Amino acid sequence: MAWVFLAPYLILFVAFVLLPIVFGLWISLHSWDFTLPGKPFVGLENYKALIDSTSVTFAPFWNSMQATGIFTLFSVPLLIVIPLGVALVMNENFPGRNLFRGVFFAPYVLGVAVVGVLWRFLFDANVGLVNSVLGGLGLPDRIPWLSSLPAAWVALVAVTIWWTLGFNAVIFLAGLQDVPRELYEAASVDGATRWSQFLHVTIPGVRPVLSFVLMITIIASANMFGQSFIMTNGAPGGETETAIYYIVEQGLSSFDMGAAAAASWILTLALMAASVLVFWLFRERDGSKA
Amino acid sequence: MKALRIGLLGLLTLLFVSPLLFMISTSFKTRQEAGQVPPTWIPRDPTLQAYQAILNASDTPVFRWFVNSMVAASAHAVLVVITSALAAYALARLEFRGKRIVFASIVATLFVPPVILVIPNYEIVGRLFWLDTLVAVIVPTAANAFGVFFLRQFFLQLPRELEESAFLDGANQWQVFAKIALPLSLPALATLSLLSFLTNWNDFLWPVYVLFSAENQTLQAGLATLQAANSIRYDLLMAAAVVASLPVLIVFMFAQRYVIEGVSRSGLKG
Repeated sequence: MAWVFLAPYLILFVAFVLLPIVFGLWISLHSWDFTLPGKPFVGLENYKALIDSTSVTFAPFWNSMQATGIFTLFSVPLLIVIPLGVALVMNENFPGRNLFRGVFFAPYVLGVAVVGVLWRFLFDANVGLVNSVLGGLGLPDRIPWLSSLPAAWVALVAVTIWWTLGFNAVIFLAGLQDVPRELYEAASVDGATRWSQFLHVTIPGVRPVLSFVLMITIIASANMFGQSFIMTNGAPGGETETAIYYIVEQGLSSFDMGAAAAASWILTLALMAASVLVFWLFRERDGSKA
Repeated sequence: MKALRIGLLGLLTLLFVSPLLFMISTSFKTRQEAGQVPPTWIPRDPTLQAYQAILNASDTPVFRWFVNSMVAASAHAVLVVITSALAAYALARLEFRGKRIVFASIVATLFVPPVILVIPNYEIVGRLFWLDTLVAVIVPTAANAFGVFFLRQFFLQLPRELEESAFLDGANQWQVFAKIALPLSLPALATLSLLSFLTNWNDFLWPVYVLFSAENQTLQAGLATLQAANSIRYDLLMAAAVVASLPVLIVFMFAQRYVIEGVSRSGLKG
C-alpha cells in the first residue's frame, strides 16, 4: 500500500534525480555530443584536460571557477550581515512592520530574468538611473557598470543583495523570534548593555539559523548564473562568466557534454568541500563554547 | 532609536520600491523618452506603444509566453503537490520495508548541487522527445525533496487520533488520507503550491536551454530572447518585465503571509 503512495514521486525522483547523477558520471567519461550518433569512451580524459594547464579548456574553466569564487567571497558576507541587520531592526513591534517585511521580500518573488533585465537598464552607462542619480549627487556619473572591473562585480553583488535580501532577512527574523524573551529580560536585569545582549543572547540564540542561512547562501552564490547571463554576458572579457555559466554554455550550446559533465563534477566536489568546511567551522566554535 | 529605525526603513523602502516604479514608468514611455538623459520619473505622454509592439510580435510573442508560463507553473504546482503529498504521507504515517532507505536517499539529494543534474537531464529529456516542449519545464524539476519534507513535517504534527478513529469506523488507508489528512493540511498544501508556482514561474537557466522556438518559451526565458533582439530598447524590455512580474507580485500581495511563512518555516527546519 505504501508503495502506491510513493510511486508517483519515486518515479520522478529516480528518473530526474538519481539516474542523472549516475548518468552524468557516465557522460563525463565520454566524448559526448548530444547531436552526434557516436559518443566514444575516453576514460578520464575530460577530467585530465580540466586539470592540465596546457589544454584549451583549462584557462576558461578555471577563470570561471575564479569568477564564482570572487562572487561568492564578496556576496556571502554582505548577504549575511545586511539581512541580519534588517531582521534586527524589524524584530520589534511597530506599526507597518508586516508591510516593510513584504516590501523587502518582494524582489525575491521576481525571477532573475526580470531582476537582471531591470538592473541592466538601471546600470546602463549612458541612460541608466544609477549614473544619473550619482551625477545628481555630484559623484562620477560615467561609470561603465557592466563592462569594466571591478564595477561589474559591484553591480552583480548589489543586484543579488537587492534580489535576495528579503529571503535571508525573513529566515533570520523567524529565528530571532524564537529566542526566548526571558533571556533578554534576565540579561537586562543583570545590567547587560544592548551590545552585550546582542553578543551573548541574540547571536547564540540564532546560531543554528545563522549556519543554515550561511550554507544556503554559499550554495546560492556558488550557483550564480542568471545575473551574469543577463547583465554582463561575462563582460568585460569573460571575467564575470561564472562556473555554471561556463558549464551550461560548454555542454548545451557547444554540446561538449562530456567535458561539461566532468566540469560540473569538479564544481560539485569544490562545493561539497566548502560546505564541509563551513559545517566544521561552526561545529568547532560550538564545542569550545560548551 | 525610534527615529533611526524609521530613517533606515524609509531609506531601504526607497531603494526597494523605486526600481520597480521606474520599471513600470518606463514601460509606458515612448522609445525616445525611455532612452533620454536625464531619465524622467513620470512619462510625459504615456503610451501603450511598447506593449503593443511586443505582445504579439512573431519573434517575441510576449502574450504567448505569458500563457506558456501560466500553464507550466500551474501544471508544475499541481504535480508537485500531488506527488509530494502522497509520498510525504507514506513517509509520515505508513510502515513499510525500506522506509529508512527511501527517506535517507531523498535527504541525501538535498545536498546534491543542481548543476550536476543539468547535463544528464538534458540528454534524458531529449530522449523522451520533450525538448522544446513545456513538459520539459513542468516535469523534471517536480522531483524536488523540499515538498516531501515540508508536507511530511506537517503530517507528523497532525493528531493521530482523528485518523485512528476513522480506521475504527471502517475507513481504508486511502480514505483516511483523502478525507482526513488532506483537508487538515490545506494551509500547508496552499503554501507548497504557491512556492512551487513561484519557483517554476521564475525558473531561468533550464528553460533558456531546453526551449528554443520563439512560441514555446516561458516569460523568463523569453526575456533573454527579447533582450538579445532589442538590447537597448528599454521601453520594450521594461514592458515585458512588467508582464513577467505583475502576476507574481499580485499573488504575493494577496498571499504574502503564506509565502513568507512557508519560506521562514522551511528555513527553521534546516
